[in-house]
Amino acid sequence: MGFFFEVLIAGLLSGVMYSLVALGFVLIYKASGVFNFAQGSLVFFAALTFVGLMEHHLSFGVALVVTLLVMIAVGLAIERFVLRPLVNQPQISLFMATIGLSFFIEGLAQLVWGASVRGLDLGIQDEPIAWISDRTGINISKFDLMAAGIAAVLVIALALFFNRTRIVRALRAVADDHQAALAVGIPLQQIWAIVWAVAGFVALVTGLLWGARNGVQFALTFVALKALPVLILGGFESIPGAIVGGLIIGATEKLAEVFVGPYVGGGIEGWFPYVLALMFLLVRPEGLFGEKIIRRI
Amino acid sequence: MKWFLRVLVGIALAAAASVATAQGEQFIPLLSYRVGPYAAGGSGYFGGAIDYFTLVNMNGGINGVKILWEECETEYNAARGVECYERLKTRHGGASTVEPLSTGIAYGLFERVAQDKIPMTTNGYGLAISADGRVFPWVFPLGTTYWDQAAAMVAYLGQKAGGEAKLKGKKIAFLYHDSAYGKEPIPVLDALAARDGFTLIKIPITPPGNTQESQWLQVRQQNPDYAILWGFGVMNPVAIKTAAKLGYPRDRILGVWWAGSEEDVIPAGAAAKGYVTAAFSAGGTNFPVMQEIVKRVYGAGKGNLEDKSRIGSMYHTRGVTYGIMIVEAIRQAQAHFGKGKVMTPEQVRWGLEHIDLTEARLKALGASGLFPPVKTSCADHEGSGMVKFQQWDGKEFKTLTPFMAGDRAFVHQMVVQGADKYAAEKKITPRDCSKEM
Repeated sequence: MGFFFEVLIAGLLSGVMYSLVALGFVLIYKASGVFNFAQGSLVFFAALTFVGLMEHHLSFGVALVVTLLVMIAVGLAIERFVLRPLVNQPQISLFMATIGLSFFIEGLAQLVWGASVRGLDLGIQDEPIAWISDRTGINISKFDLMAAGIAAVLVIALALFFNRTRIVRALRAVADDHQAALAVGIPLQQIWAIVWAVAGFVALVTGLLWGARNGVQFALTFVALKALPVLILGGFESIPGAIVGGLIIGATEKLAEVFVGPYVGGGIEGWFPYVLALMFLLVRPEGLFGEKIIRRI
Repeated sequence: MKWFLRVLVGIALAAAASVATAQGEQFIPLLSYRVGPYAAGGSGYFGGAIDYFTLVNMNGGINGVKILWEECETEYNAARGVECYERLKTRHGGASTVEPLSTGIAYGLFERVAQDKIPMTTNGYGLAISADGRVFPWVFPLGTTYWDQAAAMVAYLGQKAGGEAKLKGKKIAFLYHDSAYGKEPIPVLDALAARDGFTLIKIPITPPGNTQESQWLQVRQQNPDYAILWGFGVMNPVAIKTAAKLGYPRDRILGVWWAGSEEDVIPAGAAAKGYVTAAFSAGGTNFPVMQEIVKRVYGAGKGNLEDKSRIGSMYHTRGVTYGIMIVEAIRQAQAHFGKGKVMTPEQVRWGLEHIDLTEARLKALGASGLFPPVKTSCADHEGSGMVKFQQWDGKEFKTLTPFMAGDRAFVHQMVVQGADKYAAEKKITPRDCSKEM
């Protein structure tokens, strides 16, 4: 039974890392109703910029602030040069634009900082906490607990930002209909700029945590794949949904791989979350926390 | 209209000049990858090869014949790799040989190179049975194959246990990239497990492998004596960090050579200390040939690596190793078919089947200790099968063993059986090597 709980806890803590990636998608979806294909690239770009600046002998704090400013600038530039010309265009056009953006950001990141693989040490120990191991036999790393704490703080901050300000209603209006939102005086460009800048910040946090775990390398762009089932399950426009979805996906994929995998040759972790998400789609197409869409016919 | 005629004349002259250049040079297309998920490996490897070719050219070429190369970006993508091969194979008078550094691209080229009669090298990767030159006349897994590496790993673990017989009753976990590459050594490991009496616990990791808690929890549950890591790219540092996170000792993990570069351990930070890997070449700049590259090639500003700290890294020296073997094959071909002449692909293939890099020859080339002696033949396209083991001390790889082989006779018998089966399936009549010189 102890091993079951160890797998479960490891899964839940992995799920927190997936949630962090999913949060970036949720923000953009809330603002434009578009799945941002470039989120994984933004995570890569943020982490690479941070370690690149550190290599130029900037201190941790200065590199963090400069990277944050760079990410905000990238967000603003995306709004100005990619999104603004596409106002009132079909959402598929915006989606296609994010695909192009993804390749551009990946290329730009490698052009500026090179393609070398870098390590990233955040100074948080990623080894079993002896106190917990000795008493429970379960290995939990300090890094995972810190990541969970950071995710919790981020979610609370984002929830406060979007629910305690007037932005939330504006977001809903903008995502529903650009033209109508503009007509009633909602500053669409300003809203998009804010949201993309916040998404840049989330990408930076995600990039630092995933980069510290996996190394800062191109494969960071693949972490976006981990967010897809989380979003389907939790709902594309729900911040709490991203967290709950991440926890469910993380826990079930680990339990399935460890306890079911050996009977079917293993390697089911890659597709199992998608099967789970599809099953949810059948019974709750908007996801656990997604808004029910009611349309007049 | 005048300007248009000038442009046309200019293009014609440039084309003529390029053909003239190609006629006196040995063309080698490089299917490289410098962007994308495996860019670090590709840039290091092809950077090493180009640095060596540059050095050879600076020394006057191969008996006066300069090497000409052209890169094509594959991004490690099989479809792009095949496209690059098709684009480059007829350029500059035709390709002499091709090296894709990708199992996927190599699989896509097996039949094409045989049809085009262009030898393909797959140094340290690809299909192990292609070492049998009777059935695969155009493919050269020079140095070592995955099967020989797997056998050497078992021999090394046997040494650690106090003799291969002592492996009986031990448990070895095999964590592998869930792909053709990762599954390639399974037949040999299964056969050795049956022979030596150890239990092989096979645990697949779905690529790219950026989360591995499930797999390492299984390792923790089974508590194997050793874990063989057969990974690539991001899978390697994640494996090392996850093992550390779950408390599995890194000095009991034995990585494949594609998990044995600086790019695999540096991202894992302190967690990688003590981690052991196989290697088919040594790293560092202490070898005379490496020092010459540093002094002459980089000294003249002609080096290929932008980041000078990567000179002598594992991927870089692997590229230099490849360069030495190819140049030696062309040199051998010239000795047979005519010194100072550009060799045809068929002649280069002959050279590849007559590589004889003895210890003395390696010393003369300044590469003694960089890689083991290699002697190929019509039937043996591998030529060595030796591997060394190294351990990451937190700053650099320290050598643990000299180049050593596993049970080569055991592996050879499996290679011949596998190649014969392949020949029967594909209706290939194996060459009679006794009739070829």
